[in-house]
Amino acid sequence: MPLQSLDIIRRSATTTPSPQVRGSYTGTVAKLIDVSKCIGCKACQVACMEWNDLRDEVGSNFGSYQNPADLSDQSWTLMRFAEYENPKGDLEWLIRKDGCMHCADPGCLKACPAPGAIVQYANGIVDFQEENCIGCGYCVTGCPFNIPRISKRDHKAYKCTLCSDRVAVGLEPACIKACPTGALVFGTKEDMKAHAAERVADLKSRGFDQADVYDPPGVGGTHVMYVLHHGDQPQLYAGLAMDPRISPTVKLWKGAAKPLALAAMAFTVLAGFFHFVRVGRNEVTPADEAAAEKGS
Amino acid sequence: MTNHWVDIKNADIVLIMGGNAAEAHPCGFKWVTEAKAHNKAKLIVVDPRFTRSASVADVYVPIRTGTDIAFLGAVMNYLLTEDKIQHEYVKNYTDLSFLVREDFAFNDGLYSGYNADKHSYDKSTWEYEIGPDGFVKADATLAHPRCVYQLLKKHYARYTPDMVERVCGTPKEKFQQVCELIGSTSTTTRAMTIMYALGWTQHSVGSQMIRAGAMMQLLLGNIGVSGGGMNALRGHSNIQGLTDLGLMSNLLPGYLTLPGEKEQDYGKYVEARALKPLRPNQLSYWQNYQKFHVSLMKAWWGDAATPENNWAYEYLPKLDRGYDMLQTFELMSQGKMNGYICQGFNPLAAAPNKGKMNASLAKLKFLVVMDPLATETSEFWRNFGEHNDVDSAKIATEVFRLPTTCFAEEDGALVNSARWLQWHWKGGDPPGEARSDLQIMSGLFTRLRALYKKDGGAFPDPIVNLYWPYAQPQSPSADELAREYSGRALKDLTDPKNPATVTRKAGEQLAGFAELRDDGSTLSGCWIYCGAWGPAGNLMARRDNSDPTGIGQTLNWAFAWPSNRRVMYNRASCDPGGKPFNPARKLIAWNGSAWGGADVPDYKADEDPALGMGPFIMNADGVGRFFARGAMAEGPFPEHYEPFETPLASNPLSPGRAETLNNPAARVFKDDRAAFGKVEQFPHVATTYRLTEHFHFWTQHVRLNAIMQPEQFVEIGDALAKELAIADGDRVKVSSNRGYIKAVAVVTKRLRSLTVDGKRLHTVGIPLHAGFTGLTKPGYLTNTLTPVVGDANSQTPEFKSFLVKVEKV
Repeated sequence: MPLQSLDIIRRSATTTPSPQVRGSYTGTVAKLIDVSKCIGCKACQVACMEWNDLRDEVGSNFGSYQNPADLSDQSWTLMRFAEYENPKGDLEWLIRKDGCMHCADPGCLKACPAPGAIVQYANGIVDFQEENCIGCGYCVTGCPFNIPRISKRDHKAYKCTLCSDRVAVGLEPACIKACPTGALVFGTKEDMKAHAAERVADLKSRGFDQADVYDPPGVGGTHVMYVLHHGDQPQLYAGLAMDPRISPTVKLWKGAAKPLALAAMAFTVLAGFFHFVRVGRNEVTPADEAAAEKGS
Repeated sequence: MTNHWVDIKNADIVLIMGGNAAEAHPCGFKWVTEAKAHNKAKLIVVDPRFTRSASVADVYVPIRTGTDIAFLGAVMNYLLTEDKIQHEYVKNYTDLSFLVREDFAFNDGLYSGYNADKHSYDKSTWEYEIGPDGFVKADATLAHPRCVYQLLKKHYARYTPDMVERVCGTPKEKFQQVCELIGSTSTTTRAMTIMYALGWTQHSVGSQMIRAGAMMQLLLGNIGVSGGGMNALRGHSNIQGLTDLGLMSNLLPGYLTLPGEKEQDYGKYVEARALKPLRPNQLSYWQNYQKFHVSLMKAWWGDAATPENNWAYEYLPKLDRGYDMLQTFELMSQGKMNGYICQGFNPLAAAPNKGKMNASLAKLKFLVVMDPLATETSEFWRNFGEHNDVDSAKIATEVFRLPTTCFAEEDGALVNSARWLQWHWKGGDPPGEARSDLQIMSGLFTRLRALYKKDGGAFPDPIVNLYWPYAQPQSPSADELAREYSGRALKDLTDPKNPATVTRKAGEQLAGFAELRDDGSTLSGCWIYCGAWGPAGNLMARRDNSDPTGIGQTLNWAFAWPSNRRVMYNRASCDPGGKPFNPARKLIAWNGSAWGGADVPDYKADEDPALGMGPFIMNADGVGRFFARGAMAEGPFPEHYEPFETPLASNPLSPGRAETLNNPAARVFKDDRAAFGKVEQFPHVATTYRLTEHFHFWTQHVRLNAIMQPEQFVEIGDALAKELAIADGDRVKVSSNRGYIKAVAVVTKRLRSLTVDGKRLHTVGIPLHAGFTGLTKPGYLTNTLTPVVGDANSQTPEFKSFLVKVEKV
């Protein structure tokens, strides 16, 4: 990562300690998506493709405003549209910008077996380093938000980078810059939480009693947060996870199971060594050799 | 817009009706979210569809397409009966107290003077009563039975909440909720803005819908104030500029008008337009008409426009009728128009009834298309399978395609909805052989002029004498043209009070239209733009966004016509004494000797308010009018008429009369009337519209836009889908009496069925963006379906209300 100007505080499948000199003294960053201000114009989708030089295919309409149909290696963000009839009988059209949540405790990074394929910067951004990716898809399993997509072209995993390249040089992510209504804002996580609290108060004054900020603790909080009118029902927003957590398998595998696995590996190596010392190398008998040559 | 985009942030109530700002104007819509976030504003959306605007609204109210006058009339009835009007404002600044002629009448949906055979009115009775002093008679007590207030009350008493439910299908309690919110802005410290667009204009009664909205705003005292106004959101980046420069068949630049064929006399032409005051001490600014007109003629014909030839008046065409697009294509269809130059226009896609358009284009001898893209119109003769199934061998029209530049490939000013002329600079060179429209037109002109000079002709004068002073005649620059439409002195101008003082030297740019003269000593190609390129240079290029008062008045950003004024009629934001009604949002005020403040006063700068000059200085009576006199084709008060393709057999507001079912004053050509469909065959109400992801028929050529919205679809409500067993994503056929399209069905709760006049009605939503050229999946032109009938005043086609049938394919 030659252009990197931030410390990487976590690196997938790596046991060497992380650098710690360049801390994030100004605080970590966060993107706030105010669903109540979003009009679903998709300027963020276009800006994402333009900045990152992506072009998804010209697809087809499957009976929705949602296009492309899903996230992909070319579509790192996507507006998802949901219609909801509230208990008063009024219709609500809930439009949510979907994409990587940049978890403080990222399931993808935990699950990733390829050293350095997934990193977390000191500013909170979780980034994929595709040159290290082995295409195993464990990040997909590890993600509680179903975000990473494996490219059919190069079998590597892709997702939103939170424009780490722009943020590193003091610019806001491309989607933020493009948003016409101020539904997307970017700053330190602290500032974004303060702004979100104001927005929640405004929504409550308009009768949305359950308005809330979505910053789920199950993944240690996120560096992409939502303001939701119905904070108590995130699933209304095209299935946003109610209480996202890293899957128990990944937790077990990378948590409690990891020392055991390492111990097992160490034991195997040791066992092999002692076998060699005690028994010597495995020899092939001349008869076996002859049979192999005959192809039998 | 009477106000401007930024000013929307000052609104307390935002009413979006007849438009879908979030969808079609997402960048401007930011000011709505600002008003909500920082001014605690409430957003009301009234629309047949639950739109992207509705998705962020506080209140959404459904309405049947084409019935907005019934709705707005009933709101006015509510305001009048519940006394939610701004009394000081309406008493002093409107015509409520004026008396109307005794022989004016309205009965059963028709005004006095109707001629059923001609589908038009003799408007002579639609007039105020004029006293012996030549001024309008008035009754300040508003008690006189023929004062405008009483007539207005009587007219809209018929527009009840029950009638709204019956005609519009809007639930009564929702309507009541909207009335209360709107009524809350009748105080001096609250304002409502109305944002509308083609959802009002594209109806056979579109102009009257807009008028009804404006009248409602007058009752509330919301015109001329910060956070208020009637705000037309223009649909193309420079469509405001196009209208300003008079690109309608009956207009000259700056809303001057072409003479009719009966106006052969120049003096009478001017007299009819230089309106004399109708009330004492009124400015009646159109009295200056001749100054604007002569300055225009000097810009067009220079030295050839002289006092002796009435400033070349005979060069101007005298209209026998309007030549709007529907008329033009009718002439083409009848074989009376044989050649057509199509500049920045894609009529095959953009005009109603594509079948008629296709047949008409095939009758032409030649068609010239000036466009950056290979439009459907330029390919009308090519067979694109089911999407354009023509027999090319039978079409003899010769098509010339002249590739033009895009806006980003040239310098110039674009006028936005807020009337701001914003200069822009060329960003890159055009590809291939593309030339600017200016170069193409100048090339055509100079060759034509050479031919006329050589060969003469019946009347070569207007062409050979055209003033063409540009450094490169083949390619005038944007700067040269801007200086010309802004205007300059042709001779030294002197102060009329002190003839020894030269106020402007010959050749200098003028600071504003107050300097224009009717003696041929000034030149200005568009008087309302005068000063845009003033003595200090190009004001359109200014980019200073400082906002000293904090209410969004950035007077040093670009140039707003007229006179860099940002809020029109801003005199009405002050009480009669000149004190701002709302101290928190002061636009201007009277300081005892002059008017000034955060905006350029829309008033005589040193006029003592005690003298009673009205704030609506362009009107001869100085007031805002509820009673339109003869200005509208179908009557002085807006009246509800059904769309020409209506699901109803009778107009609930004037039942049982065939001539009042639809707009009695609309012009409908014979074949077009025969092509209307009936509800028995086409039971569903349809409306067409834009999507955020596309711009008309352009962006289907752009990969990113094509990715965002790749394929043609129609929207149907889940109730209709259930009835017809249509699932989300199925393909459907939508037919009208003029043709059909096939598209993917988007089944949605956002299009709900409505109960109208006791009948259950379904609305079908048909986006506009599809065609057989470009990168999106090939589709049918939506205007295959739409009827050919226009608004009776503007002739804007009724794209928003017609009848269709939906079938699963």
